[in-house]
This record gives sequence, C-alpha cells and structure tokens, in this order.
Amino acid sequence: MILIVVDHANGKVSKSTYEMVTCARELGREGPVAALVLGSATVTVANEAALLVDQVLVADRPDLAQYDAEIWATAVAQIASEGEANAVLIAGSRSGREYSPRVAVKLDAPLLEDVINVSHKDDMLSAQRYTYLARVTETVTTNAPVIVITPKQAAFAAATPGTEVVEQFDVDLSPTQRRVQITGKSQEKTSRISLADAEIVVAGGRGVGSAEGFQTLVEGLADQLGAAVAATRAIVDAGWRPYSEQVGQTGKTVQPKAYIAIGISGAVQHLSGMGKSKCIVAINKDADAPIFKVADYGIVGDVNQIVPAMIAAIRK
Amino acid sequence: MRILAIIRQVLDAEETVRLRGGGVDLSASKLVVDTMDEYGVEQALRIRESAADTEVIALAVGPERSQEALRTVLAMGADRAIHVKTELFLDPISLSKVAAQVAKREDVDLIFCGGQQADWDSHALGAATAERLQWPQVTWVNALKVDGQTLTGRHDAEDGSEMFSVQLPVVLTTQQGLNEPRYPTVPNIMRAKKKELRAEPLEAFQVEPKLKVVGAEIQVKTRLHKILDGKDAPAAAAELVGLLREEARVIA
Repeated sequence: MILIVVDHANGKVSKSTYEMVTCARELGREGPVAALVLGSATVTVANEAALLVDQVLVADRPDLAQYDAEIWATAVAQIASEGEANAVLIAGSRSGREYSPRVAVKLDAPLLEDVINVSHKDDMLSAQRYTYLARVTETVTTNAPVIVITPKQAAFAAATPGTEVVEQFDVDLSPTQRRVQITGKSQEKTSRISLADAEIVVAGGRGVGSAEGFQTLVEGLADQLGAAVAATRAIVDAGWRPYSEQVGQTGKTVQPKAYIAIGISGAVQHLSGMGKSKCIVAINKDADAPIFKVADYGIVGDVNQIVPAMIAAIRK
Repeated sequence: MRILAIIRQVLDAEETVRLRGGGVDLSASKLVVDTMDEYGVEQALRIRESAADTEVIALAVGPERSQEALRTVLAMGADRAIHVKTELFLDPISLSKVAAQVAKREDVDLIFCGGQQADWDSHALGAATAERLQWPQVTWVNALKVDGQTLTGRHDAEDGSEMFSVQLPVVLTTQQGLNEPRYPTVPNIMRAKKKELRAEPLEAFQVEPKLKVVGAEIQVKTRLHKILDGKDAPAAAAELVGLLREEARVIA
C-alpha cells in the first residue's frame, strides 16, 4: 500500500494532505492508497479523509493530542511496516519535515525531501527538488522498494474528493514515551489570512524605515488587498515584526499569485523563500536592487510616496 | 560534557551557482561554513565557557576542501575536529549514519546541527542522526539554557514558538536568533593550526548513498521586468495598479 499521513489542524484536513493524494497517485506504485490519521478527537478529520483515498486508518487517542516527533515517527513506521507500505507520504510542513527523517531511518528507506514533482519508469523513481537556497533544481533517483516522501507544499495540485466514503479501521500503536516536554507556547495572533493560504502577500524590508512605516505601508496595502504580510530577516532581527512573518531561508517559503515587495533589496536568502511566486512586484528606491532582477512589475521610487498612492489608486 | 557540532562547507550565498556535467560545480567557488551550523558551534563554545570539563568536537563529512571549514571552526574555538573524507554525494539520511557513529565512538552528550543545510536545502540531518542514536531531538532552537543534564529553551514550531525542556543526550538543530557567532581572531587562527584535525576515510563507516543525483539545472523564470520610474508617484502608482488589475490580473 501507499501510506499518506494525514496532516490536519482544528478538525480539518489540510491542503497539503490533498496535495499528497495527488503525489501518491503519480508514484506508479502498487496497492491501495491508505490515509493514516493520528491525533485526538479526529472523527471529522477521518470522515473528510475517507473521501480522498482507498482506506482510512485511525489512531484516535487523548495522548496523541499534541504532536511529538518521536511518537509520530514510531507510529508511522509501525503502520507502514505492518501494512507493507512501499511509499510513505508525509506533509512538507515544518513538523512533517522534522519527523519524516526518523521514519526513513526506521524503514531503512531513502527520504525524498520537499519534492516538487515525481515520475517513474519501471522500478526507478525520479523526483525533482530545489537545492542551493532554491537556486538549483536537482533530479534525484532511487529504485528502493520503500520510499519516504515529503512533497513540497503547494507544488502538487490538490486532489478532488470522491463521492465514495471508504472504510475506516482503528489501529493499535505501541506505546512511545514523550521525551521532549513542551512547557509553553506563544502564538502570534493575527486577524489576517495566513501566509501559506494567501493569494497575495505584501512584504516589507528595511526600506520601510521603521516598525511604524511597516504598519502604514505594508499593513496598509495588505488591508486594502486582503493580503497576508511578510517581512525580511533584517526587520525581524530588528524587532519590528514577529518571526512568524519572516520569509526566506530561515523563515517561511511562499508561492503566492502576487508577491509585493516594499523596500526589499532582494538578498539571496530572501529570494529563496519567495522567488517562485507567480508574479513579483517590487517597489524600491534603488534601481540596482537585486529584487528588480526577479520582478515582473516595479517602481523605482520612494516607498513613502508610492505605496500611499497605490492604496489611493486601489480604493478608486 | 562532550559536544559534537556537525558542520558543512557550502557555497557562499553571494556566489553564483555554476553547473557542469549535470551537477553543481563548486571547484572554482568560494565556500564557507554554513551559517546555520555556525550557530551550533557558537552555542557549543558558550556552553563550554560556562561549564568546566566540556569538550567541543567539530565534524565535517565531505571532500578534501572541507578541512578549510573545520580550520575555521577550530579558530572559532572548537577543541578538535574530525574530517570524514569523501568525494561521494551523500544524502542526509546516509550522512546521519556517519554522524551517529562518530557521536557514539566519541561518547558525546549533545549534538548541534544546522536547522537547514544550505546546499541540499534539507532539514533532515539532525533528526535522522537523533533517530540512529535513539535520542530525542529539538529542531529550530533559538534560545537555550543548560542546567546540568536539563536543557530548556525556545524553538520554532509550526506556527509561533514553543518552550521546551529535555534531558541529555539530545540532538538540537539551530535557528537564527540562537546567538551571534564569533569571528575567529588572528591569534586564534594561528592557534587553530596546531589543534587536532583527524582525517578518516568514509569506507570505515559502511555508508551507501540512498539517492542518486542525476541532473541539475538552473530554472530561471522569465520575468516581465516592467519597471516604472517613480518620480511622479501618483502617476506611477496608478499605472502599476492598472497593470496589476488589467494585465497581470492579480488584484481586483
């Protein structure tokens, strides 16, 4: 079988799971596609998954309410071994990329990490992935009988749910101890659409001048467009914005329909997080800024004048 | 305590990527210690400064040139270095097999590894190494306090950050914000030349690559480059909004 570990939050199956279903069908591997639901109070998740695959395996237990890399890896490897899975798909989320290497080691399988496409010829699987801060696209191959894959988020089309509700099976897991204790959480609350889901992202860099400048210009424009906001590492380090908004090598990777970069010079590390956006718009006073090399549209000028004028023009 | 800092020598981010014969060619490029790994080295040194009887070992797996990176880390202050020499491309899952064997042999208590490798764009090495050792892991650590066998700190999770507590031994992967890595001073660079740097062949570790790289290309997305002059801000802004609405159709 092909095993998909369902990525879910707040009782809903995430978009990455729908994308994994598409990826699973493109692997050319034998057997049914099974979805594994790990968590607590997962009824709605399991029901939603039941429209996507051939069978649903459920481990619904109170002690699975909180994610843990070791517990997840142990559970996934156990179910994969018992079901003789020839491929295991895990979301390309931060947690998915954190525990998937453990699954690969447990199954003595190669890890195809953050892949953007897959193809196969006989027993040989090929996949492409970005390397060198997303500047190179490399093709890797393997003929291993079992593989672990994390598809890059948003790289595969989301599968359409079917109409047939497939059977659900409860699975037993061997107990695993939680060795990392989570003693507190801080989540930055935002009323805005999340970076991952946004079709338009408005981003600010040093050129916005200050934390207040970010609010006026970047948030001002984002409010007008219903967009998410993003920041460069420089201004996160300066404390103007929270880390959760950072896009780039050490932050998030986004691929929106439009990425509007305000006062961003375009360092390689930042480009690696947004360079695949469909349309890039840059506003910067420096005509030689590297961001203009990757821009579809742009204005060379003072962001303090241009952005308010854009907000006014959009309102019209 | 004994700390292992795993480092990689990677292309300087400012350097152009060159391709040759279906792969990335680094032979003529400037290489540096991966920034993410420097955080780990720095943190290891800080722990040593606050706890007596602590040794910091740096490990690099890679071609001959990797020794330059190890010398840099020795100049930062690491006590000794191990270079596992290979010209082979090793994916992180295979690489972790070497890292785990070295950790076991050297009897280390704590491993630092970069949160992401800037060559393979991977998050896998730290977690895979932890799995081979049957240790816990905490990824994307941006604040850390060591108190005896207990490590507490903060790390980035899916959305926002979490406070954690874990007992040694453990693998930690780094994130920006953890610290500001020091620069090697000239006297320390001189001193580093006398420190132990042991080279070992990869063969002793019995590692086979799990993946083969069969091609590399630089895909440059064609961009429109319609860049307007913003001297007349209202006019330029209106024109840009018009283009985004009518031509790109990305805004309503």
